[in-house]
Amino acid sequence: MSSGQATMRSKEELREKWMKPDVITGSEILLRSLLLEGVDCVFGYPGGAVLFIYDAMHGFTDFNHLLTRHEQGAIHAADGYARATGKPGVCIATSGPGATNLVTGIATAYMDSVPLVVITGNVAQQFIGTDAFQEADITGITMPITKHSYLVRDAADLPRIIHEAFHIANTGRKGPVLIDIPKDVSAQKTTFVPALEPVVIRGYDAPAEPNGEAITAMIQAIQEAERPVILAGGGVVYSGAHNELLEFVTKTNIPVTTTLLGLGGFPSGNELWMGMPGMHGTYTANMAIQNSDLLINIGARFDDRVTMKLEAFAQQAKVIHIDIDPAEIGKNVPTDIGIHGDIKVVLTAVNQAAKPATKAEAWRSLIQANKRDYPLSYEDSEVELKPQWVIEMIHETTNGEAIVSTDVGQHQMWAAQYYKFNQPRSWITSGGLGTMGFGFPSAIGAQMAHPERLVVSINGDGGMQMCAQELAICAINNIPVKVVIINNQVLGMVRQWQEIIYDNRYSHIDLAGSPDFVKLAEAYGVKGFRATNKEEASRAWQEALNTPGPAVVEFVVRKGENVFPMVKAGDSISQMIMGDA
Amino acid sequence: MRKHTIAVIVNDQPGVLQRVSGLFGRRGFNIESITVGQSEEKGLSRMVIVTTSDDKMLDQMSKQLYKLIDVIKVDDISSNPMVARELALIKVTALPERRPEIMGIVDTFRAAVVDIGTESMMVQAVGDTDKIDAMIELMQPYGIVELSRTGVTAMVRGNIK
Ligand SMILES: Cc1ncc(C[n+]2csc(CCOP(=O)(O)OP(=O)(O)O)c2C)c(N)n1
Repeated sequence: MSSGQATMRSKEELREKWMKPDVITGSEILLRSLLLEGVDCVFGYPGGAVLFIYDAMHGFTDFNHLLTRHEQGAIHAADGYARATGKPGVCIATSGPGATNLVTGIATAYMDSVPLVVITGNVAQQFIGTDAFQEADITGITMPITKHSYLVRDAADLPRIIHEAFHIANTGRKGPVLIDIPKDVSAQKTTFVPALEPVVIRGYDAPAEPNGEAITAMIQAIQEAERPVILAGGGVVYSGAHNELLEFVTKTNIPVTTTLLGLGGFPSGNELWMGMPGMHGTYTANMAIQNSDLLINIGARFDDRVTMKLEAFAQQAKVIHIDIDPAEIGKNVPTDIGIHGDIKVVLTAVNQAAKPATKAEAWRSLIQANKRDYPLSYEDSEVELKPQWVIEMIHETTNGEAIVSTDVGQHQMWAAQYYKFNQPRSWITSGGLGTMGFGFPSAIGAQMAHPERLVVSINGDGGMQMCAQELAICAINNIPVKVVIINNQVLGMVRQWQEIIYDNRYSHIDLAGSPDFVKLAEAYGVKGFRATNKEEASRAWQEALNTPGPAVVEFVVRKGENVFPMVKAGDSISQMIMGDA
Repeated sequence: MRKHTIAVIVNDQPGVLQRVSGLFGRRGFNIESITVGQSEEKGLSRMVIVTTSDDKMLDQMSKQLYKLIDVIKVDDISSNPMVARELALIKVTALPERRPEIMGIVDTFRAAVVDIGTESMMVQAVGDTDKIDAMIELMQPYGIVELSRTGVTAMVRGNIK
């Protein structure tokens, strides 16, 4: 990878090197404080208000700084890094336009509970509020989409603020924290006093021990259930509870469905796994939820893409909801038993008492029959490339072991359906906000976090054009992401809605004028391949895999292909359009 | 849907009022009045928010408020016997011949006249919302020139905190 790769030092070495109580600038305090938090990679873009910070980074090699080509690239990369590691991603941008370019990425992370520490510069304090050049009230703009934010007034506060920011970002329900640093603060000299004590913030406590009575009630409910279902979400992955979930399922024998963000939180090969639920969920998962008499939600937030029409959702089910955020319990779906706590802690306690759901024999057989009779399927073609086939091929050739990131659209749903995940943190996708432009830069972040792993970024021809400029940093730093473009020449998911819901009235979906993606890659110094049939596809993909650095593979697929099953907005999840296969 | 009075203890940080009111706005919670000021402890402010909501919404409100890092305590004080007060300044047209009449109302309501102009009087009323509403209604016929209400501040009665 990158020749300028930072050599990671141990925390002790860093302390030795950095912890002298020097009088230094706010910028240097910032860098040292980041090191103390174990930061090894920062994504950013300079500008006037952060020039003191960038000056302090001159010749600095204790962490990597990756200069993206757009702030949106930087923040999505930081997000991908965080999703792939569980450590907060860090990104730096300048005031005004630099900061506002981060907004989409901050909102993306907020919706999916991804820990980020976002550092923005601001104009000097004396100019704040005067409509100064490149001034924007970024703390105000981002208040609804951050977990917390700071406007730093004194460089002496920086060590504490940074220490707190990392703590807040990565505890409880995780999320982005913004630190806005005026230019005079990054220039101000003061004595550096590192913040090493554990963070104590009044009123912000780790969740208490899970409620024992609720757990007993849950065990009881499992014993009585005839049609139990587990709905597992991103919370399982975020709390590192995949083993505990597997143990719980093994002990209780309850069928499980994983949401879009929960994919990888449970091994897809397990016979009790039913696939994904919701708008593009499997028949088995959706019917199981609808007919269940006990629905155990573990770290999912009952998103409307999962529940669809709320009044018709799992009407006969007793609902148990385990979540780290108490506000999620009962927010969308009335809950019979709510358990507030970290998923791993709760499941560990539950597993001590969990017993098989013995009354659910017939239910399990029904689910196995549904899995057999209604698998995900598509009509393959020997003439045109089918996107589902492409995803299956990628799955097979990578043994299901790649880190896969996606953009947003049809390709995202096909990847979720046809790439089978068996490990947590191998699936990176924008679920809550559904952000086009997220896919490719987030893969760069994941690859920076895991230089040794294969990272595949799956994009549509539309979304790829929202952050394609980051091909430059793959080339320059030899970041070996394999970029897949599923080219259907249209805004596919929009086309699908216009076909099915708007009566074939195709309005502004034609992507004519897209670049030649192979040439685009080459223009940036990245290898490019194109495939229009199966044979070319296998060959191009193999060549891309054999390429030591980054590579772009464009799969030209059938234009009119749709994602099935599909539930239309406003319908219940049992009203599935099954498609043509 | 019922009226609730919620006391929120927050860190005295710049932007904290914006965080709280912004949360109400974007989650679709209603604010009838909001007051902020010092609390009994240095560094902490007390906000009193009057809102109309059902039980589910109230539960969400409190849980969402707790998610804000600067929020330390949330209390639905209207679930206890409480004292709730607001202050209103009412400037009414008051030519000399109407003044005795107006004074009569002021006395009945145990309000106070705090300023007199050649053609107007400023009346200060303190009390619960109903009392202030009634006072304003009675002042209306004389012609209210200017009106300013503070919104409700409140506390639970007795020794409990
Ligand atoms: C930033 C942004 N703008 C618009 C949308 C709405 N949107 C969702 S899917 C989609 C089409 C995506 O097309 P493409 O990238 O070609 O992927 P495909 O669906 O064809 O796989 C659009 C426009 C979005 N999700 N994000």
